[in-house]
Amino acid sequence: MIEGGRGKRWAYFSCPLFVFIVALLFPFYWMLVTTFRPDGELYRPWNRPNYTPFWTTNPTLEHIYYLFRETLFSAWLWNTMFIAIVSTMISLFCGLLAGYALARLRFRLAGGLGTSIFVTYLVPPTLLFIPLADIIRTFRLADTPWALILTYPTFLIPFCTWLLMGYFKTIPKELEECARIDGASRVQAMVKIIFPIATPGILSAGIFAFTLSWNEFIYALVFINTPQQKTVPVGVVSELIRGDVFFWGPLMAGALLGSIPVALIYSFFVEHYVAGLTGSVKG
Amino acid sequence: MLPRPGTAPPALLNRLLEDERSLAYLLLTPTIVLLALFIAYPFVLGTWLAVSSTTVGVAGHFVGFKNFAKAWDDSIFRTAAFNTFLYTGVTTVFKLALGIWLAVLLNRHFYGKRLIRAFVLLPFIIPTVLSTFAWKWMFDPTFSVINWALWKLDLITMRINWLGDPYLSLASVMIVNVWRGVPFYAISLLAGLQTISPELHEAAAIDGANAWQRFWRVTWPLLLPVTMVVVLFSVIQTFADFQLVYVLTGGGPANATHLFATYAYQIGVGTGLLSEGAAISLAMFPVLFLVVVLQLWYIRRVETR
Repeated sequence: MIEGGRGKRWAYFSCPLFVFIVALLFPFYWMLVTTFRPDGELYRPWNRPNYTPFWTTNPTLEHIYYLFRETLFSAWLWNTMFIAIVSTMISLFCGLLAGYALARLRFRLAGGLGTSIFVTYLVPPTLLFIPLADIIRTFRLADTPWALILTYPTFLIPFCTWLLMGYFKTIPKELEECARIDGASRVQAMVKIIFPIATPGILSAGIFAFTLSWNEFIYALVFINTPQQKTVPVGVVSELIRGDVFFWGPLMAGALLGSIPVALIYSFFVEHYVAGLTGSVKG
Repeated sequence: MLPRPGTAPPALLNRLLEDERSLAYLLLTPTIVLLALFIAYPFVLGTWLAVSSTTVGVAGHFVGFKNFAKAWDDSIFRTAAFNTFLYTGVTTVFKLALGIWLAVLLNRHFYGKRLIRAFVLLPFIIPTVLSTFAWKWMFDPTFSVINWALWKLDLITMRINWLGDPYLSLASVMIVNVWRGVPFYAISLLAGLQTISPELHEAAAIDGANAWQRFWRVTWPLLLPVTMVVVLFSVIQTFADFQLVYVLTGGGPANATHLFATYAYQIGVGTGLLSEGAAISLAMFPVLFLVVVLQLWYIRRVETR
Protein backbone atom coordinates (compact mmCIF):
# COMPACT_ATOMS: atom_id res chain seq x y z
CA MET A 1 0.00 0.00 0.00
CA ILE A 2 1.00 3.56 -0.49
CA GLU A 3 1.96 5.15 2.82
CA GLY A 4 1.78 8.77 3.78
CA GLY A 5 3.96 10.47 6.37
CA ARG A 6 4.32 9.42 9.97
CA GLY A 7 1.63 11.75 11.29
CA LYS A 8 -0.79 10.53 8.70
CA ARG A 9 -0.11 6.93 9.61
CA TRP A 10 -0.72 7.78 13.24
CA ALA A 11 -4.03 9.51 12.57
CA TYR A 12 -5.44 7.04 10.07
CA PHE A 13 -4.00 3.83 11.37
CA SER A 14 -2.36 3.54 14.79
CA CYS A 15 -4.79 5.73 16.68
CA PRO A 16 -8.04 4.12 15.41
CA LEU A 17 -6.60 0.64 15.79
CA PHE A 18 -5.57 1.42 19.35
CA VAL A 19 -9.07 2.69 20.18
CA PHE A 20 -10.63 -0.43 18.66
CA ILE A 21 -8.40 -2.74 20.66
CA VAL A 22 -8.96 -0.94 23.95
CA ALA A 23 -12.73 -0.91 23.41
CA LEU A 24 -12.83 -4.58 22.44
CA LEU A 25 -10.63 -5.82 25.27
CA PHE A 26 -11.53 -3.53 28.15
CA PRO A 27 -14.45 -5.66 29.45
CA PHE A 28 -12.07 -8.60 29.83
CA TYR A 29 -9.56 -6.46 31.67
CA TRP A 30 -12.37 -5.28 33.91
CA MET A 31 -13.32 -8.91 34.65
CA LEU A 32 -9.72 -9.60 35.59
CA VAL A 33 -9.37 -6.61 37.90
CA THR A 34 -12.69 -7.26 39.60
CA THR A 35 -11.82 -10.91 40.18
CA PHE A 36 -8.77 -9.98 42.27
CA ARG A 37 -10.14 -6.89 43.99
CA PRO A 38 -11.27 -7.23 47.61
CA ASP A 39 -14.92 -6.45 48.38
CA GLY A 40 -13.97 -3.39 50.42
CA GLU A 41 -12.51 -1.78 47.32
CA LEU A 42 -15.23 -2.96 44.92
CA TYR A 43 -18.04 -1.02 46.51
CA ARG A 44 -16.30 2.22 47.23
CA PRO A 45 -17.69 5.58 46.15
CA TRP A 46 -15.86 7.48 43.43
CA ASN A 47 -14.95 10.56 45.39
CA ARG A 48 -12.91 8.68 47.97
CA PRO A 49 -9.23 9.63 48.03
CA ASN A 50 -6.80 7.09 46.56
CA TYR A 51 -9.52 5.67 44.31
CA THR A 52 -7.67 3.51 41.80
CA PRO A 53 -10.26 1.86 39.58
CA PHE A 54 -7.88 0.31 37.03
CA TRP A 55 -5.75 -1.74 39.38
CA THR A 56 -5.75 -2.88 42.95
CA THR A 57 -3.11 -2.46 45.61
CA ASN A 58 -4.06 -5.53 47.63
CA PRO A 59 -5.13 -8.33 45.29
CA THR A 60 -7.06 -11.20 46.81
CA LEU A 61 -8.10 -14.72 45.87
CA GLU A 62 -11.19 -14.69 48.11
CA HIS A 63 -13.64 -14.55 45.19
CA ILE A 64 -12.07 -17.56 43.52
CA TYR A 65 -12.04 -19.49 46.82
CA TYR A 66 -15.67 -18.58 47.34
CA LEU A 67 -16.52 -19.81 43.84
CA PHE A 68 -15.00 -23.23 44.37
CA ARG A 69 -15.93 -23.73 48.02
CA GLU A 70 -19.38 -22.22 48.35
CA THR A 71 -20.83 -22.77 44.88
CA LEU A 72 -21.11 -25.62 42.40
CA PHE A 73 -18.78 -23.92 39.95
CA SER A 74 -16.49 -26.93 39.54
CA ALA A 75 -19.50 -29.13 38.75
CA TRP A 76 -20.67 -26.64 36.13
CA LEU A 77 -17.21 -26.57 34.56
CA TRP A 78 -17.19 -30.35 34.36
CA ASN A 79 -20.74 -30.48 32.94
CA THR A 80 -19.96 -27.90 30.28
CA MET A 81 -16.77 -29.68 29.30
CA PHE A 82 -18.47 -33.07 29.10
CA ILE A 83 -21.46 -31.77 27.11
CA ALA A 84 -19.28 -29.73 24.74
CA ILE A 85 -16.93 -32.64 24.02
CA VAL A 86 -19.61 -35.29 23.48
CA SER A 87 -21.85 -33.09 21.34
CA THR A 88 -18.84 -32.01 19.28
CA MET A 89 -17.90 -35.66 18.70
CA ILE A 90 -21.43 -36.57 17.63
CA SER A 91 -21.60 -33.57 15.33
CA LEU A 92 -18.21 -34.27 13.76
CA PHE A 93 -19.17 -37.89 13.15
CA CYS A 94 -22.49 -36.96 11.52
CA GLY A 95 -21.00 -33.98 9.69
CA LEU A 96 -18.13 -36.03 8.24
CA LEU A 97 -20.43 -38.70 6.84
CA ALA A 98 -23.04 -36.25 5.59
CA GLY A 99 -20.47 -33.84 4.16
CA TYR A 100 -18.77 -36.68 2.31
CA ALA A 101 -22.05 -37.93 0.88
CA LEU A 102 -23.18 -34.48 -0.25
CA ALA A 103 -19.84 -33.46 -1.71
CA ARG A 104 -18.61 -36.62 -3.37
CA LEU A 105 -21.49 -38.99 -4.10
CA ARG A 106 -24.04 -38.55 -6.85
CA PHE A 107 -27.63 -39.24 -5.88
CA ARG A 108 -30.98 -37.76 -6.73
CA LEU A 109 -31.74 -35.80 -3.57
CA ALA A 110 -28.23 -34.37 -3.10
CA GLY A 111 -29.17 -30.80 -4.01
CA GLY A 112 -32.37 -30.76 -2.00
CA LEU A 113 -30.83 -32.31 1.10
CA GLY A 114 -27.83 -30.00 0.92
CA THR A 115 -30.10 -26.98 0.82
CA SER A 116 -32.27 -28.20 3.69
CA ILE A 117 -29.23 -28.86 5.87
CA PHE A 118 -28.04 -25.34 5.08
CA VAL A 119 -31.46 -23.97 6.04
CA THR A 120 -31.41 -25.78 9.41
CA TYR A 121 -28.03 -24.15 9.96
CA LEU A 122 -29.80 -20.79 9.82
CA VAL A 123 -32.56 -21.74 12.28
CA PRO A 124 -31.83 -19.85 15.50
CA PRO A 125 -32.35 -21.82 18.75
CA THR A 126 -34.72 -19.13 20.03
CA LEU A 127 -37.26 -20.04 17.35
CA LEU A 128 -37.84 -23.57 18.63
CA PHE A 129 -36.95 -23.68 22.32
CA ILE A 130 -40.53 -23.87 23.61
CA PRO A 131 -41.71 -26.90 21.59
CA LEU A 132 -38.26 -28.45 22.02
CA ALA A 133 -38.58 -28.16 25.81
CA ASP A 134 -41.87 -30.02 25.53
CA ILE A 135 -40.22 -32.78 23.48
CA ILE A 136 -37.35 -33.02 25.96
CA ARG A 137 -39.91 -33.50 28.75
CA THR A 138 -41.74 -36.17 26.74
CA PHE A 139 -38.51 -38.08 26.18
CA ARG A 140 -37.73 -37.75 29.91
CA LEU A 141 -34.43 -36.08 29.12
CA ALA A 142 -35.05 -32.88 31.08
CA ASP A 143 -32.44 -32.14 33.75
CA THR A 144 -29.93 -34.58 32.26
CA PRO A 145 -26.83 -33.71 30.21
CA TRP A 146 -28.38 -35.70 27.34
CA ALA A 147 -30.98 -33.00 26.82
CA LEU A 148 -28.13 -30.77 25.67
CA ILE A 149 -25.87 -33.40 24.14
CA LEU A 150 -28.66 -34.41 21.76
CA THR A 151 -29.94 -30.92 20.93
CA TYR A 152 -26.66 -29.07 20.45
CA PRO A 153 -25.91 -31.12 17.31
CA THR A 154 -28.93 -29.49 15.67
CA PHE A 155 -26.90 -26.34 15.16
CA LEU A 156 -23.46 -28.03 15.11
CA ILE A 157 -24.10 -30.73 12.48
CA PRO A 158 -25.26 -28.32 9.76
CA PHE A 159 -22.21 -26.19 10.40
CA CYS A 160 -19.78 -29.15 10.39
CA THR A 161 -21.41 -30.63 7.28
CA TRP A 162 -21.24 -27.35 5.43
CA LEU A 163 -17.62 -26.69 6.35
CA LEU A 164 -16.45 -30.25 5.58
CA MET A 165 -18.33 -30.28 2.27
CA GLY A 166 -16.15 -27.37 1.23
CA TYR A 167 -13.03 -29.35 2.13
CA PHE A 168 -14.16 -32.54 0.42
CA LYS A 169 -14.98 -30.68 -2.78
CA THR A 170 -11.37 -29.53 -3.15
CA ILE A 171 -9.94 -33.07 -3.02
CA PRO A 172 -9.44 -34.42 -6.55
CA LYS A 173 -11.59 -37.39 -7.56
CA GLU A 174 -8.54 -39.24 -8.94
CA LEU A 175 -7.20 -39.95 -5.45
CA GLU A 176 -10.22 -42.01 -4.60
CA GLU A 177 -10.32 -43.67 -7.99
CA CYS A 178 -6.70 -44.83 -7.63
CA ALA A 179 -7.49 -46.40 -4.27
CA ARG A 180 -10.54 -48.14 -5.73
CA ILE A 181 -8.50 -49.51 -8.63
CA ASP A 182 -6.06 -50.89 -6.07
CA GLY A 183 -8.98 -52.84 -4.61
CA ALA A 184 -10.24 -50.61 -1.79
CA SER A 185 -13.97 -50.55 -1.20
CA ARG A 186 -15.87 -47.25 -1.25
CA VAL A 187 -15.91 -47.10 2.53
CA GLN A 188 -12.20 -47.89 2.78
CA ALA A 189 -11.36 -45.19 0.25
CA MET A 190 -13.45 -42.74 2.21
CA VAL A 191 -12.04 -43.52 5.65
CA LYS A 192 -8.41 -44.16 4.69
CA ILE A 193 -7.86 -41.71 1.84
CA ILE A 194 -10.31 -38.84 2.02
CA PHE A 195 -10.82 -38.34 5.76
CA PRO A 196 -7.09 -38.01 6.57
CA ILE A 197 -6.70 -35.35 3.87
CA ALA A 198 -9.56 -33.41 5.40
CA THR A 199 -7.89 -33.32 8.86
CA PRO A 200 -7.44 -29.52 8.91
CA GLY A 201 -11.11 -29.15 8.07
CA ILE A 202 -12.08 -31.61 10.80
CA LEU A 203 -9.97 -29.71 13.30
CA SER A 204 -11.51 -26.37 12.31
CA ALA A 205 -15.02 -27.74 12.51
CA GLY A 206 -14.26 -29.38 15.86
CA ILE A 207 -12.79 -26.26 17.47
CA PHE A 208 -15.62 -24.11 16.24
CA ALA A 209 -18.28 -26.60 17.34
CA PHE A 210 -16.66 -26.89 20.78
CA THR A 211 -16.73 -23.14 21.37
CA LEU A 212 -20.32 -22.93 20.08
CA SER A 213 -21.52 -25.57 22.51
CA TRP A 214 -19.49 -24.08 25.37
CA ASN A 215 -21.23 -20.75 24.73
CA GLU A 216 -24.77 -22.04 24.23
CA PHE A 217 -27.22 -20.50 26.64
CA ILE A 218 -30.96 -20.72 25.97
CA TYR A 219 -31.31 -24.51 25.65
CA ALA A 220 -29.22 -24.98 28.79
CA LEU A 221 -31.34 -22.38 30.59
CA VAL A 222 -34.65 -23.97 29.63
CA PHE A 223 -33.86 -27.70 29.75
CA ILE A 224 -31.85 -27.84 32.98
CA ASN A 225 -33.19 -26.85 36.38
CA THR A 226 -31.15 -28.73 38.97
CA PRO A 227 -28.19 -26.59 40.11
CA GLN A 228 -25.80 -29.59 39.99
CA GLN A 229 -26.59 -30.23 36.32
CA LYS A 230 -26.14 -26.68 35.03
CA THR A 231 -23.52 -25.44 32.59
CA VAL A 232 -21.15 -22.55 33.36
CA PRO A 233 -23.11 -19.78 31.56
CA VAL A 234 -26.42 -20.79 33.15
CA GLY A 235 -24.93 -21.50 36.56
CA VAL A 236 -23.23 -18.12 36.73
CA VAL A 237 -26.42 -16.33 35.68
CA SER A 238 -28.84 -18.14 37.96
CA GLU A 239 -26.91 -19.28 41.01
CA LEU A 240 -24.50 -16.46 41.81
CA ILE A 241 -27.23 -13.89 42.31
CA ARG A 242 -29.16 -14.00 45.54
CA GLY A 243 -32.48 -12.28 45.02
CA ASP A 244 -31.60 -8.89 43.66
CA VAL A 245 -28.08 -8.79 45.06
CA PHE A 246 -25.19 -9.18 42.66
CA PHE A 247 -21.95 -10.45 44.19
CA TRP A 248 -19.71 -8.92 41.59
CA GLY A 249 -16.45 -10.42 42.83
CA PRO A 250 -17.49 -14.06 42.48
CA LEU A 251 -19.53 -13.23 39.38
CA MET A 252 -16.53 -11.79 37.58
CA ALA A 253 -14.33 -14.61 38.85
CA GLY A 254 -16.86 -17.07 37.43
CA ALA A 255 -16.98 -15.21 34.13
CA LEU A 256 -13.19 -15.16 33.94
CA LEU A 257 -12.65 -18.81 34.84
CA GLY A 258 -15.57 -19.90 32.65
CA SER A 259 -13.96 -18.18 29.69
CA ILE A 260 -10.46 -19.54 30.18
CA PRO A 261 -11.03 -23.04 28.69
CA VAL A 262 -12.44 -21.61 25.44
CA ALA A 263 -9.79 -18.92 25.34
CA LEU A 264 -7.03 -21.53 25.81
CA ILE A 265 -8.32 -23.80 23.07
CA TYR A 266 -8.78 -20.78 20.85
CA SER A 267 -5.24 -19.55 21.49
CA PHE A 268 -3.78 -22.91 20.44
CA PHE A 269 -5.82 -23.11 17.25
CA VAL A 270 -6.39 -19.49 16.19
CA GLU A 271 -5.73 -20.20 12.53
CA HIS A 272 -8.07 -23.20 12.51
CA TYR A 273 -10.72 -21.24 14.31
CA VAL A 274 -10.52 -18.37 11.85
CA ALA A 275 -10.63 -20.85 8.96
CA GLY A 276 -13.77 -22.34 10.51
CA LEU A 277 -15.33 -18.93 11.00
CA THR A 278 -14.67 -17.68 7.51
CA GLY A 279 -15.56 -21.07 6.03
CA SER A 280 -18.87 -20.94 7.84
CA VAL A 281 -19.92 -17.75 6.10
CA LYS A 282 -18.38 -18.46 2.71
CA GLY A 283 -20.95 -21.20 2.08
CA MET B 1 -17.61 -49.36 9.60
CA LEU B 2 -14.65 -51.29 8.19
CA PRO B 3 -15.14 -55.04 7.83
CA ARG B 4 -13.13 -56.71 10.56
CA PRO B 5 -10.78 -59.49 9.52
CA GLY B 6 -12.18 -62.90 10.39
CA THR B 7 -15.85 -61.94 10.28
CA ALA B 8 -17.03 -62.02 6.68
CA PRO B 9 -19.53 -59.20 6.21
CA PRO B 10 -22.84 -60.18 4.65
CA ALA B 11 -22.87 -59.78 0.90
CA LEU B 12 -25.98 -57.60 0.96
CA LEU B 13 -24.37 -55.00 3.20
CA ASN B 14 -21.29 -55.01 0.99
CA ARG B 15 -23.41 -54.41 -2.08
CA LEU B 16 -25.24 -51.56 -0.36
CA LEU B 17 -21.96 -49.96 0.67
CA GLU B 18 -20.58 -50.22 -2.86
CA ASP B 19 -23.63 -48.61 -4.45
CA GLU B 20 -23.23 -44.86 -4.66
CA ARG B 21 -26.86 -44.06 -3.96
CA SER B 22 -27.50 -46.37 -1.05
CA LEU B 23 -24.16 -45.47 0.54
CA ALA B 24 -25.10 -41.80 0.33
CA TYR B 25 -28.42 -42.36 2.10
CA LEU B 26 -26.73 -44.54 4.70
CA LEU B 27 -24.15 -41.84 5.44
CA LEU B 28 -26.84 -39.20 5.73
CA THR B 29 -29.07 -41.22 8.04
CA PRO B 30 -27.65 -40.09 11.43
CA THR B 31 -27.80 -36.44 10.38
CA ILE B 32 -31.32 -36.70 9.00
CA VAL B 33 -32.61 -38.55 12.07
CA LEU B 34 -31.18 -35.99 14.49
CA LEU B 35 -32.33 -32.99 12.51
CA ALA B 36 -35.79 -34.45 11.92
CA LEU B 37 -36.21 -35.24 15.60
CA PHE B 38 -34.91 -31.95 17.01
CA ILE B 39 -35.62 -29.38 14.26
CA ALA B 40 -38.42 -30.56 11.99
CA TYR B 41 -40.55 -32.16 14.71
CA PRO B 42 -40.25 -29.17 17.11
CA PHE B 43 -41.19 -26.92 14.23
CA VAL B 44 -44.38 -28.89 13.56
CA LEU B 45 -45.12 -29.12 17.28
CA GLY B 46 -44.42 -25.40 17.69
CA THR B 47 -46.89 -24.59 14.94
CA TRP B 48 -49.49 -26.79 16.65
CA LEU B 49 -48.79 -25.14 20.02
CA ALA B 50 -49.17 -21.72 18.47
CA VAL B 51 -52.68 -22.48 17.21
CA SER B 52 -53.83 -24.35 20.33
CA SER B 53 -54.40 -23.50 23.97
CA THR B 54 -51.70 -25.58 25.68
CA THR B 55 -50.24 -24.64 29.04
CA VAL B 56 -47.72 -26.58 31.13
CA GLY B 57 -49.31 -29.89 32.08
CA VAL B 58 -52.61 -29.14 30.32
CA ALA B 59 -53.20 -30.44 26.80
CA GLY B 60 -54.83 -27.82 24.62
CA HIS B 61 -57.34 -27.79 21.80
CA PHE B 62 -57.36 -25.95 18.48
CA VAL B 63 -58.06 -22.23 18.83
CA GLY B 64 -57.00 -20.90 15.43
CA PHE B 65 -55.15 -17.60 15.40
CA LYS B 66 -56.35 -16.55 18.84
CA ASN B 67 -52.83 -16.57 20.33
CA PHE B 68 -51.51 -14.36 17.55
CA ALA B 69 -54.47 -12.01 17.88
CA LYS B 70 -53.91 -11.83 21.62
CA ALA B 71 -50.23 -11.08 21.10
CA TRP B 72 -51.06 -8.35 18.62
CA ASP B 73 -53.38 -6.68 21.14
CA ASP B 74 -50.66 -6.85 23.78
CA SER B 75 -48.73 -3.59 24.02
CA ILE B 76 -45.63 -5.36 25.38
CA PHE B 77 -45.60 -7.62 22.32
CA ARG B 78 -45.80 -4.61 20.05
CA THR B 79 -42.97 -2.92 21.91
CA ALA B 80 -40.96 -6.15 21.61
CA ALA B 81 -41.62 -6.30 17.86
CA PHE B 82 -40.64 -2.67 17.41
CA ASN B 83 -37.53 -3.15 19.58
CA THR B 84 -36.45 -6.21 17.60
CA PHE B 85 -36.57 -4.38 14.29
CA LEU B 86 -34.88 -1.28 15.69
CA TYR B 87 -32.24 -3.36 17.47
CA THR B 88 -31.46 -5.39 14.33
CA GLY B 89 -31.40 -2.37 12.04
CA VAL B 90 -29.29 -0.05 14.16
CA THR B 91 -26.74 -2.61 15.33
CA THR B 92 -26.30 -4.04 11.81
CA VAL B 93 -25.41 -0.62 10.40
CA PHE B 94 -22.87 0.00 13.16
CA LYS B 95 -21.41 -3.50 13.06
CA LEU B 96 -20.96 -3.29 9.31
CA ALA B 97 -19.38 0.16 9.30
CA LEU B 98 -17.05 -0.51 12.23
CA GLY B 99 -16.35 -4.05 11.03
CA ILE B 100 -15.19 -2.88 7.61
CA TRP B 101 -13.11 -0.16 9.18
CA LEU B 102 -11.39 -2.61 11.52
CA ALA B 103 -10.92 -5.12 8.68
CA VAL B 104 -9.21 -2.47 6.54
CA LEU B 105 -6.95 -1.54 9.47
CA LEU B 106 -6.04 -5.16 10.13
CA ASN B 107 -5.32 -5.75 6.46
CA ARG B 108 -2.24 -3.49 6.64
CA HIS B 109 1.20 -4.71 7.54
CA PHE B 110 2.32 -3.94 11.05
CA TYR B 111 4.31 -5.45 13.87
CA GLY B 112 2.39 -7.98 15.97
CA LYS B 113 -0.37 -8.37 13.39
CA ARG B 114 -1.16 -12.01 14.12
CA LEU B 115 -1.36 -11.41 17.86
CA ILE B 116 -3.62 -8.40 17.46
CA ARG B 117 -5.87 -10.30 15.10
CA ALA B 118 -6.17 -13.15 17.59
CA PHE B 119 -7.06 -10.73 20.39
CA VAL B 120 -9.61 -8.87 18.31
CA LEU B 121 -11.78 -11.96 18.00
CA LEU B 122 -12.03 -12.49 21.78
CA PRO B 123 -15.42 -10.77 22.25
CA PHE B 124 -16.85 -13.20 19.73
CA ILE B 125 -15.46 -16.42 21.19
CA ILE B 126 -15.84 -15.78 24.92
CA PRO B 127 -19.25 -17.03 26.13
CA THR B 128 -21.61 -14.14 25.45
CA VAL B 129 -23.42 -14.44 28.74
CA LEU B 130 -20.20 -14.15 30.70
CA SER B 131 -18.86 -11.13 28.83
CA THR B 132 -22.29 -9.53 29.05
CA PHE B 133 -22.01 -9.79 32.83
CA ALA B 134 -18.82 -7.77 32.67
CA TRP B 135 -20.81 -5.13 30.78
CA LYS B 136 -23.60 -5.27 33.32
CA TRP B 137 -21.02 -4.54 36.00
CA MET B 138 -19.59 -1.72 33.88
CA PHE B 139 -23.13 -0.31 33.55
CA ASP B 140 -23.80 -0.64 37.31
CA PRO B 141 -25.92 2.28 38.54
CA THR B 142 -23.57 3.20 41.40
CA PHE B 143 -20.18 1.77 40.56
CA SER B 144 -20.11 2.13 36.77
CA VAL B 145 -16.54 2.50 35.55
CA ILE B 146 -17.85 4.13 32.37
CA ASN B 147 -19.53 6.83 34.41
CA TRP B 148 -16.38 7.27 36.45
CA ALA B 149 -14.27 7.72 33.31
CA LEU B 150 -16.73 10.17 31.75
CA TRP B 151 -16.92 12.08 35.02
CA LYS B 152 -13.14 12.25 35.34
CA LEU B 153 -12.96 13.55 31.77
CA ASP B 154 -15.52 16.23 32.73
CA LEU B 155 -17.97 14.96 30.13
CA ILE B 156 -20.79 14.36 32.61
CA THR B 157 -21.77 15.90 35.93
CA MET B 158 -24.39 13.35 36.96
CA ARG B 159 -24.48 9.58 36.93
CA ILE B 160 -25.90 8.02 33.78
CA ASN B 161 -28.32 5.24 34.69
CA TRP B 162 -27.38 3.01 31.75
CA LEU B 163 -29.85 0.24 32.42
CA GLY B 164 -32.52 2.13 34.33
CA ASP B 165 -34.05 4.29 31.64
CA PRO B 166 -36.18 2.63 28.91
CA TYR B 167 -34.47 4.33 25.94
CA LEU B 168 -31.01 4.35 27.37
CA SER B 169 -31.20 0.68 28.34
CA LEU B 170 -32.10 -0.31 24.78
CA ALA B 171 -29.15 1.75 23.60
CA SER B 172 -26.92 0.01 26.17
CA VAL B 173 -28.00 -3.39 24.88
CA MET B 174 -27.22 -2.23 21.35
CA ILE B 175 -23.75 -1.09 22.41
CA VAL B 176 -22.96 -4.54 23.79
CA ASN B 177 -24.33 -6.22 20.68
CA VAL B 178 -22.15 -4.05 18.45
CA TRP B 179 -19.15 -4.77 20.69
CA ARG B 180 -19.71 -8.49 20.36
CA GLY B 181 -20.50 -8.42 16.63
CA VAL B 182 -17.76 -6.17 15.25
CA PRO B 183 -15.01 -8.83 15.55
CA PHE B 184 -17.09 -11.33 13.58
CA TYR B 185 -17.65 -8.80 10.80
CA ALA B 186 -14.03 -7.66 10.86
CA ILE B 187 -12.46 -11.12 10.70
CA SER B 188 -14.89 -12.41 8.05
CA LEU B 189 -14.43 -9.31 5.91
CA LEU B 190 -10.67 -9.43 6.44
CA ALA B 191 -10.70 -12.88 4.82
CA GLY B 192 -12.53 -11.27 1.90
CA LEU B 193 -10.09 -8.36 1.75
CA GLN B 194 -7.13 -10.70 1.59
CA THR B 195 -8.41 -12.18 -1.65
CA ILE B 196 -8.32 -8.75 -3.33
CA SER B 197 -5.04 -8.31 -5.17
CA PRO B 198 -3.02 -5.28 -3.97
CA GLU B 199 -2.13 -4.64 -7.61
CA LEU B 200 -5.66 -3.38 -8.21
CA HIS B 201 -5.11 -0.74 -5.54
CA GLU B 202 -1.74 0.21 -6.96
CA ALA B 203 -3.21 0.54 -10.43
CA ALA B 204 -6.01 2.73 -9.11
CA ALA B 205 -3.52 4.84 -7.15
CA ILE B 206 -1.37 5.35 -10.23
CA ASP B 207 -4.49 6.49 -12.05
CA GLY B 208 -4.87 9.17 -9.39
CA ALA B 209 -7.56 7.71 -7.11
CA ASN B 210 -7.28 8.76 -3.47
CA ALA B 211 -7.75 6.35 -0.56
CA TRP B 212 -11.46 7.04 -0.24
CA GLN B 213 -12.07 6.52 -3.97
CA ARG B 214 -9.95 3.39 -3.94
CA PHE B 215 -12.12 1.99 -1.17
CA TRP B 216 -15.47 2.72 -2.84
CA ARG B 217 -14.46 1.91 -6.43
CA VAL B 218 -12.16 -1.07 -5.90
CA THR B 219 -12.52 -2.64 -2.46
CA TRP B 220 -16.24 -2.29 -1.82
CA PRO B 221 -17.54 -3.86 -5.10
CA LEU B 222 -15.14 -6.80 -4.74
CA LEU B 223 -16.04 -7.24 -1.08
CA LEU B 224 -19.79 -7.06 -1.66
CA PRO B 225 -20.49 -10.82 -2.01
CA VAL B 226 -18.77 -11.64 1.31
CA THR B 227 -20.41 -8.62 2.93
CA MET B 228 -23.88 -9.73 1.85
CA VAL B 229 -23.46 -13.19 3.34
CA VAL B 230 -21.98 -11.86 6.59
CA VAL B 231 -24.78 -9.31 6.97
CA LEU B 232 -27.54 -11.85 6.33
CA PHE B 233 -25.99 -14.25 8.85
CA SER B 234 -25.68 -11.55 11.42
CA VAL B 235 -29.21 -10.24 10.82
CA ILE B 236 -30.63 -13.69 11.60
CA GLN B 237 -28.58 -13.95 14.79
CA THR B 238 -29.42 -10.44 15.93
CA PHE B 239 -33.10 -10.68 15.12
CA ALA B 240 -33.38 -13.84 17.20
CA ASP B 241 -31.11 -12.58 19.99
CA PHE B 242 -31.88 -13.53 23.56
CA GLN B 243 -28.83 -13.60 25.81
CA LEU B 244 -27.87 -9.93 25.84
CA VAL B 245 -31.29 -8.67 26.84
CA TYR B 246 -31.87 -11.54 29.26
CA VAL B 247 -28.68 -10.75 31.16
CA LEU B 248 -28.52 -6.97 30.89
CA THR B 249 -32.09 -5.87 31.47
CA GLY B 250 -34.27 -8.98 31.68
CA GLY B 251 -36.65 -7.11 29.38
CA GLY B 252 -37.03 -4.25 31.85
CA PRO B 253 -37.32 -1.55 32.97
CA ALA B 254 -41.11 -1.98 32.82
CA ASN B 255 -40.89 -4.43 29.86
CA ALA B 256 -39.42 -1.70 27.66
CA THR B 257 -36.49 -3.65 26.23
CA HIS B 258 -38.03 -7.02 25.33
CA LEU B 259 -37.20 -8.66 22.03
CA PHE B 260 -39.32 -11.41 20.47
CA ALA B 261 -37.17 -14.12 22.01
CA THR B 262 -37.03 -12.75 25.56
CA TYR B 263 -40.75 -12.03 25.60
CA ALA B 264 -41.48 -15.54 24.29
CA TYR B 265 -39.32 -16.88 27.12
CA GLN B 266 -41.10 -14.80 29.73
CA ILE B 267 -44.55 -15.93 28.56
CA GLY B 268 -43.75 -19.49 27.53
CA VAL B 269 -41.30 -20.53 30.25
CA GLY B 270 -41.74 -17.91 32.96
CA THR B 271 -45.55 -17.99 33.03
CA GLY B 272 -45.99 -21.48 31.56
CA LEU B 273 -48.33 -20.35 28.78
CA LEU B 274 -46.73 -22.66 26.22
CA SER B 275 -49.08 -21.79 23.37
CA GLU B 276 -48.78 -18.06 23.69
CA GLY B 277 -45.01 -18.30 24.05
CA ALA B 278 -44.75 -20.51 20.97
CA ALA B 279 -46.89 -18.04 19.02
CA ILE B 280 -44.64 -15.14 20.02
CA SER B 281 -41.47 -16.95 19.02
CA LEU B 282 -43.06 -18.14 15.75
CA ALA B 283 -43.84 -14.49 15.00
CA MET B 284 -40.12 -14.25 14.17
CA PHE B 285 -40.53 -16.86 11.46
CA PRO B 286 -41.73 -14.73 8.50
CA VAL B 287 -38.78 -12.36 8.76
CA LEU B 288 -36.25 -15.16 9.29
CA PHE B 289 -37.77 -17.04 6.36
CA LEU B 290 -37.44 -13.99 4.14
CA VAL B 291 -33.79 -13.51 5.09
CA VAL B 292 -32.99 -17.18 4.47
CA VAL B 293 -34.68 -17.11 1.05
CA LEU B 294 -32.76 -13.96 0.21
CA GLN B 295 -29.53 -15.61 1.28
CA LEU B 296 -30.16 -18.80 -0.72
CA TRP B 297 -31.08 -16.74 -3.77
CA TYR B 298 -27.95 -14.63 -3.41
CA ILE B 299 -25.62 -17.60 -2.97
CA ARG B 300 -27.15 -19.28 -6.01
CA ARG B 301 -26.72 -16.13 -8.06
CA VAL B 302 -23.09 -15.71 -7.04
CA GLU B 303 -22.35 -19.37 -7.74
CA THR B 304 -23.89 -19.40 -11.19
CA ARG B 305 -22.25 -16.19 -12.29
